Amino acid sequence: MEKIVIIDYGAGNTRSVQFALERLGVEAVLTNNHTQIEAADKVIFPGVGQAQTAMLNLQSTGLDQLIPTLKQPVLGVCLGMQLLCDFSEEANTDCLGIFPLQVKRFPKIMRVPHIGWNQIITLESPIFNEIPDKEYMYYVHSYFVELSEYTIATTNYGLSFSAAIQKDNFYGCQFHPEKSGSMGERILANFLKIN
Amino acid sequence: MLAKRIIPCLDIKDGRTVKGIQFENLRDAGDPVELGRLYSEKGADELVFLDISATHEKRKTLVALVERIAQKINIPFTVGGGISSVDDVRALLKAGADKVSINSAAVKNPQLIQDIATQFGSQCVVLAVDATCIDNEWIVHLVGGRVPTELNLFEWAKQAESLGAGEILFTSMDGDGTKKGFANEALAQLSKTVNIPIIASGGAGNIQHFKDVFTKGNADAALAASVFHFGEIDIRNLKKELTNSNIIVR
Repeated sequence: MEKIVIIDYGAGNTRSVQFALERLGVEAVLTNNHTQIEAADKVIFPGVGQAQTAMLNLQSTGLDQLIPTLKQPVLGVCLGMQLLCDFSEEANTDCLGIFPLQVKRFPKIMRVPHIGWNQIITLESPIFNEIPDKEYMYYVHSYFVELSEYTIATTNYGLSFSAAIQKDNFYGCQFHPEKSGSMGERILANFLKIN
Repeated sequence: MLAKRIIPCLDIKDGRTVKGIQFENLRDAGDPVELGRLYSEKGADELVFLDISATHEKRKTLVALVERIAQKINIPFTVGGGISSVDDVRALLKAGADKVSINSAAVKNPQLIQDIATQFGSQCVVLAVDATCIDNEWIVHLVGGRVPTELNLFEWAKQAESLGAGEILFTSMDGDGTKKGFANEALAQLSKTVNIPIIASGGAGNIQHFKDVFTKGNADAALAASVFHFGEIDIRNLKKELTNSNIIVR
């Protein structure tokens, strides 16, 4: 059986991800242990909260050094995805730098945070197998990752931003698959099938 | 496009849903998990669980319930009722709640909003406000709308936003339970006053009321209890009607 690890660094919503995997019949270990994370077949890097606080937590356990070196499929969710980027405007935080991308704040013309169900379009990844274009996913965030060559799904909220990104073995989604009903669970299941 | 949200609210007392909720094909309508799952299947976008247990002792059972809800339900949910400290919030979020709603405790100590937002992020802080219109002024009330304060709804909402609230859940006490429609004028003004999402509550009676709250009231989400619990409005049907009126729903 595959070993699935959820990186535990004191961020919120880790339990929600664990419960979602349980509903898929998958047992995932919540840990910050480097050896255990390195040995996992799949790694999920969740997070809600504030970028700077999260980076400080990662640094205090050396996870900021470990995560960029991982070779197995890694899925960053929400803040987890943002932390995989270079830099976040949230408290001007230097992040992990796996994606050469900037995390920006939504302009004031829109209600911020962007909360609720919004559509994902232009889906270009096996993690979206059997997910229809324009499917609704649940979002809650104030900062976004700009569009780039790494974008594998797009959402529009005043402007178009990356709903999901991918580079090599690193995946990120801005929405919460663990809270996006059965379609969200399917995305998690698809991620677990990646070789 | 971001969809307008429909949110059923479930009152919880001593770990059970209250009122004679009537549903067919439901083994135990008193079980918040069963009922929440049914609403989720019917197309609810989020759920709110409001704990109205009388004593602090009985509220402790809430954390165990929240964990059970988080295990079984795959849409977001908010937990409210008697939350008064950062520790309360931590326990609920750790158990799997996505957001908490705070009401009286924030009026008594506005700093609480900032403390929660700093610790856990604005996205999990829903400020619940109960207000009544008295002499043309919307006044914030406490204790389920029974005790008036000195606070003006719009000023309080503005302050809460600046302290870090992520959403405002505004209940019109005038409308609550009347089924005469939402307080659309106040909602429209509120949506101009703050830049965070607004959940409208109090007064839902029919489908037209939901259309109005999104068009005239400019609300981002609409919350209701009895019209859903007693089967007067079916959420799927409601969403079909909203779509027909060019209101974007999931």
